[in-house]
Amino acid sequence: MTRISLTVNGESHEAEVEPRQLLVYFLREELGLKGTNVGCDTSSCGACTVLVDGESVKSCNQLAVQADGCEVTTIEGLAQGDELHPVQQAFHEQHALQCGYCTPGFVMASVSLLAENPDPSEAEIRGALEGNLCRCTGYHNIVEAVRAAARAGA
Amino acid sequence: MIPAAFDYERAGSVDEAVELLAGEDTKLLAGGQSLIPVLRLRFARPSLLVDVGRLDELRYVREDGDRIAIGALTRHAELVRDPVLAQRCPIIPQAARHIGDPQVRHRGTIGGSAAHADPASDLSTILLTLDAELVARGPGGERTIAAAEFFTGPFETALGPQEMLTEVRVPAVETGTYLKLARRSADWATVGVAAARVDGRVQVGLTSMGMTPLRARGVEESLAGGGSPADAAARAAEGTDPPGDVSASSEYRAHLAQVLVRRALEQL
Repeated sequence: MTRISLTVNGESHEAEVEPRQLLVYFLREELGLKGTNVGCDTSSCGACTVLVDGESVKSCNQLAVQADGCEVTTIEGLAQGDELHPVQQAFHEQHALQCGYCTPGFVMASVSLLAENPDPSEAEIRGALEGNLCRCTGYHNIVEAVRAAARAGA
Repeated sequence: MIPAAFDYERAGSVDEAVELLAGEDTKLLAGGQSLIPVLRLRFARPSLLVDVGRLDELRYVREDGDRIAIGALTRHAELVRDPVLAQRCPIIPQAARHIGDPQVRHRGTIGGSAAHADPASDLSTILLTLDAELVARGPGGERTIAAAEFFTGPFETALGPQEMLTEVRVPAVETGTYLKLARRSADWATVGVAAARVDGRVQVGLTSMGMTPLRARGVEESLAGGGSPADAAARAAEGTDPPGDVSASSEYRAHLAQVLVRRALEQL
């Protein structure tokens, strides 16, 4: 077991973890943060995307021990109380989801994109979301939502 | 899919990493974007993982005489936005922009990519095409390995079991381009082609056309002899052994290499 300490959604945590434990399972099973989904389990689909030190990362492709000392943000960490994060609000308003399973990953990838590029073109949005798959065929409205969030100054 | 159990140590320095590698069945972990899937599939079952991902002193790009030195732990996303590379070796950011997806580029490193030596790696082809030098540290000190000697087989390199890649050095390119055709977004290259003019000479390399990245020597010979891009490109598959798989047949890859080489040469 390896001792790690990290900040998740602004809260400090210390834990003993098996080195082989993946970050996504640490978040879901140790911390109970089940908003981060496991989709493909092969680092293709992006459903497990979280932010590590502000940048999007696939948490099924990271070990929890690698996040030692880092700041992790999950979908649960975006809203301020009852007020949705502008990207969440835009996904809601633009109907950017159907079943919703991929949504936390898309939202986190979009937050990471807008931090790097606050005013992306449509092509840049599509490129930046290439690591996230939606199987309900929802890309059109997802792109619209990211544009709306950018306009709202997310 | 959960990896088999392993011990974990985070190295505080390159020397400490080299010391830790002395054990049996050890493996270095950098960004983990190739290694963690391999561990999860249990294609690798190391007893000890030595994490070098925090050695930030190996994250840099700097001019070093007539070469550009890139620290082994420089991440793909950093290559994409680096001002020195944009000026002096833009083929690297151009290729890095299309590796995997943003999440992969935030973590994956140039050294990890080279040391993993996937025959479908875009950066490995570029290192070979540019005649890069790879700097490795081992118990006996440092040595420099030419890219042509480095990639010895699929997922095999000239690195010894206790050696760690610390830096790659590339020349400035006058002009260069990397063309990659993939069947799906974020997929590996079905075929990739690097073409660059270095010291007045055109150098061409191929991705996914054999068990290692390859130089298109026939193309280079033809160009050196005054051949047109179309004539030179016709020799793109010479000496290659393209695999046939779910993405493409061997014949298709041989054809695609010729098309992409011609397009790349026309862009130089």
